[in-house]
Amino acid sequence: MTATRPRRGQASSPHPYIPNTDDDRRAMLDVIGAATADDLFADIPSDLRIEGLDLPPALSEQELVREMAALATSNQVPGDGMACFLGAGAYRHFIPSVVGHVIGRSEFYTAYTPYQPEISQGTLQTMFELQSMTCELMAMDVANAGMYDGASALAEACLMACNITGRERIALLDSVHPSYAAVVRTYARGRGLAVDTVSNAGLSQEHACLPVGTACLAVQHPNFFGHLEDVWAHESAAHAAGALLIAVADPISLGLLAPPGEYGADIAVAEGQGLGSPVSFGGPFLGLFACRQQYLRQMPGRIVGRTTDMDGRTGYVLTLQTREQHIRRERATSNICTSQQLVGLAAAVYLAAVGRHGLRQIAEACYHKSHYAAQRIAALPGYSLAFQTPFFKEFTVRCPKPPKQLLSRLLEQGIIGGLDVSDRVENGMLVCVTEVNTRQEIDRLVEALAEAR
Amino acid sequence: MITPPELRYTKDHEWVRVQDGIGTVGITDYAQDQLGDVVYVDLPSPGKQLTQLAVFGEIESVKAVSELYSPVSGEVIESNQALADKPELVNESPYGEGWLMKVRLTDEGEVDRLLTADQYSDYIKREEG
Repeated sequence: MTATRPRRGQASSPHPYIPNTDDDRRAMLDVIGAATADDLFADIPSDLRIEGLDLPPALSEQELVREMAALATSNQVPGDGMACFLGAGAYRHFIPSVVGHVIGRSEFYTAYTPYQPEISQGTLQTMFELQSMTCELMAMDVANAGMYDGASALAEACLMACNITGRERIALLDSVHPSYAAVVRTYARGRGLAVDTVSNAGLSQEHACLPVGTACLAVQHPNFFGHLEDVWAHESAAHAAGALLIAVADPISLGLLAPPGEYGADIAVAEGQGLGSPVSFGGPFLGLFACRQQYLRQMPGRIVGRTTDMDGRTGYVLTLQTREQHIRRERATSNICTSQQLVGLAAAVYLAAVGRHGLRQIAEACYHKSHYAAQRIAALPGYSLAFQTPFFKEFTVRCPKPPKQLLSRLLEQGIIGGLDVSDRVENGMLVCVTEVNTRQEIDRLVEALAEAR
Repeated sequence: MITPPELRYTKDHEWVRVQDGIGTVGITDYAQDQLGDVVYVDLPSPGKQLTQLAVFGEIESVKAVSELYSPVSGEVIESNQALADKPELVNESPYGEGWLMKVRLTDEGEVDRLLTADQYSDYIKREEG
């Protein structure tokens, strides 16, 4: 353990990055009764300890900033010279600058629900607004203040369906995002719940039905491959079996598509990252979670309610807390004790900024640009669309050779292509086009695919 | 605390009044006092089969959510619909209008295994320490 080494030949001058001095440390060690800082680690066996790290001397702040800036230039940033067509659950959408301004305010700039929540009325109000907008977006009755991400929101929804129905089987449509399915399996394993994968082809057969004892059918719409599902048929299949229908939605798509509440979903979840948060090294994400009024008391997570105080003024409170872990222990509705508060705030500001009509325009731009791209790619010799069903902003292309080879060629030309899904669709590439992709970028992609063939 | 002598009790603070093979079930005055203001009661539907001392529902107050345990085995024939709109009846009248459900007993002999009013009074006195 090498603690803070004094800088070369300047034993008593303060370290540029560590606030306490040699004298401070001496004083603290004297109080504890330890001779050196290393004595504090005496309990750790010596073979587990590192005897000194071979590090270069500390840089000055100016040198350090230069070093970090040089490292940062090796990043390849989408939009900044790089055309990006990668989606598959994390999406680039334009972020109005008001989002950054509001969430950067010091009153809001934390990921956590306040520990003394009612004193933070502003934070609670933003959570309440997000819940209200989530309900409106999904056409559901109640929403919580947010989950970790779309995948854990789906897993919590499946557990909730098992609690409501008293059944122990979860059915996932095979077109649900594979990472989401993996998270559901992880959650289900601890509870001893079975997870079945059901296929569209299987469900559409005459007299087809879900396995006996199924608590819920989870449907992603648009699905992992970007295409729309026959949600009305899935609604019938789920409810005929006495199971709940869980919908996984893309919130941007709800500017155009029917919301989950309209096609009979009992629980609706979504990944909220696309609403005002960047695609930044895989996160941060935000789970949106809404359900029907009758299931309110089985809903996991934190819920903000609006009420009036003793003087009749509007106030916000965390409600239904008696079902949460800190009071109910192992019988709690879930073990979610926090929320993605800051990402949730970004989503609330985003939705408020773009509004109903703005969301529709964004969804239309995604639809038209992706269809332009799909049409041009499908017209290239050797390329075709893997599915003939309608899609929203992503589509799966069947390529003339393994996508892996094509993607490295594209990258050489400054294009991040789609996701290689050849494990699911032969030579399949999942391409995402949103409103931030320009026509020039799309044309560059098409030309590059034609050349790389 | 009121503990009517004609009822039988569980250590989980439920009571039962048996008449012609039908048991009316509720929570005790002591239980409602400990819970505080009741805001929601989740009760079983008619037809549900219950086992003595197994969970049959939940009661939620401003302080906590607690399980409800059935004093007797049998089939639920009615649950108190009035509690959906007025859960506070449980606080106001735990042995009257605040009853929870009616059960057709499968074995009246089970009632003998429940506490008498005196035993229950002693029990809560000990609980109080």
